[in-house]
Amino acid sequence: MTTVTTDVAAPDARRAGRYVYIAAVVLLCAWVLVPLYFLLINTLSSPETVNSFPKPFLPEFDLGSLGFFAGFAGILTALKNSILVAGLTMIMSILIGAPAGYALSRFDFRGKEAFRLLILLTRAFPLPLLALPLAVMFIQTGLDDTVFGLSLVHTTLAIPFAVLITFSLFSGIPLELEEAAWTLGCTRLTAFTKVVLPLILPGITASAIFAFVISWNEVFAAAVLTIENRTLTAFLLQNLDTSPLHLKFAGGFILVVPALIFIFAVRKYLFAMWGIANR
Amino acid sequence: MNARVLPYVLILPVTAFLCLFFLYPFVLVAKQAFSTGDGFTLENFRQVVGYWKFPISLQNTLLLAAAVVPVQLALALLMATMVNKMQRGRDLVLYVWTIPLGISDLAAGIIWLAIFEQSGFLNSMLSGLGVVDRPVNFLSYQHPGVVFLAIALAEIWRATAIMLVILVAGIGLIPKEYYEAAEVFGASPWKRFTRITLPLLRPSLQTALVLRVILAFEVFAVVLALGGTLFPVLMGETYAYQFDLLDSGAAAAMALIILAISIGFTLIILRALRVPKGATI
Repeated sequence: MTTVTTDVAAPDARRAGRYVYIAAVVLLCAWVLVPLYFLLINTLSSPETVNSFPKPFLPEFDLGSLGFFAGFAGILTALKNSILVAGLTMIMSILIGAPAGYALSRFDFRGKEAFRLLILLTRAFPLPLLALPLAVMFIQTGLDDTVFGLSLVHTTLAIPFAVLITFSLFSGIPLELEEAAWTLGCTRLTAFTKVVLPLILPGITASAIFAFVISWNEVFAAAVLTIENRTLTAFLLQNLDTSPLHLKFAGGFILVVPALIFIFAVRKYLFAMWGIANR
Repeated sequence: MNARVLPYVLILPVTAFLCLFFLYPFVLVAKQAFSTGDGFTLENFRQVVGYWKFPISLQNTLLLAAAVVPVQLALALLMATMVNKMQRGRDLVLYVWTIPLGISDLAAGIIWLAIFEQSGFLNSMLSGLGVVDRPVNFLSYQHPGVVFLAIALAEIWRATAIMLVILVAGIGLIPKEYYEAAEVFGASPWKRFTRITLPLLRPSLQTALVLRVILAFEVFAVVLALGGTLFPVLMGETYAYQFDLLDSGAAAAMALIILAISIGFTLIILRALRVPKGATI
């Protein structure tokens, strides 16, 4: 008898467990998506609806709020600044970071551990605070309130990631491939550009995108270091207590959209990057 | 160029860059904090610590970290184990769960503002259900508990993904054989989790916690978007010193205090979760 009951009970229990599991997955997805949906409703509603009560739970597809956002004085410049800073950060962190990643993956050299420590050390510090002393330094050098100055600080944020990510990418490419190219008449440089670079390019793109997002999202340093040439985050932050709701929500939406696209674009590399970058 | 010099040439740009924009600013910030114009002084520290808002903002920052980080750790562990045994739809679920990774703290604050503001979605739902007659102004000084809850929820919503990614990557490195062996010996799923997953996940847990705790002490834009001046935190006060009061000495002193707290907690976490020598996978 007992054997029969367990035979019946086990699949039942397993099925119940399966439903709980699926329900939990769906619930956690909703936890992430529903707040985003609310932001979408507010962005795609007219300013009047955004300030009215109660709120509709479906967007009315009115572009009033976004139009107001686009027409608000200074916001398009801020958007342009954000893109410029993030673009510069992306280029600098890869150009400076990738050679070090290559060196870490291919060579054993004295001081390698000390260098790794320097990179990992940057993780244990609240880096945006560095904007405070740099503000003084930038005034002395004329870099204050410039797109380039801010992108230097953002590059400091992004460079440890760039080094560790490119390190893990280069480590994934066997040295034998390069050696084969050398025997076939390539120099170190041509072997790199003809053999390694094409293989690594998608990964490099992913880490560049990652650097872009880090800069795009950064608030504190951007708010401290810019006055006239504010980025979008700094602009929104400094106008938080004065700007109307529909401007905040449209601004928040514009901040979120690139993030959604970028995370989608780098999703394949996300775990490889973080997994190895953090060991 | 020979292989002896090449690596140094390759790491030179990063080293120079980090010396100039990472190490040097630390010297500068310390110099600013310990001086008011004439020589070494603790005046800046005395000033910021003696200010009436300092104990509140310190307490708020620590309380927020204490409320948010354990929930995030539990949630991230749960999500990571759920994803680990998923056969279908794994990529889609992971994409959805990692979306907040790309969202800035300011945007997260604005998103939760849409829910908690007076004409927001929480009020709309509550009035739809007949719980309240007219919209409640949740984010006001009359409801400090709700302000705290809103900020904590926004933080949990935004920054759990960063731990999730690290833990998923870490779980992926644990050899499947251990689980198979445990199953052969009849270990329950819970036993497998506590006896295999947790101990072997220690390096990842360490990184995830360090990263997350440091970010928790940096909490700033979320708080400003949701609580404004109702919920002072250390980073917000630092910003106010620098920008509103134009007192960079005091701001530097605040920065050093935040730094000291961060380093202190980093050391505690590293010690509590230290990996025994030779016990890596």
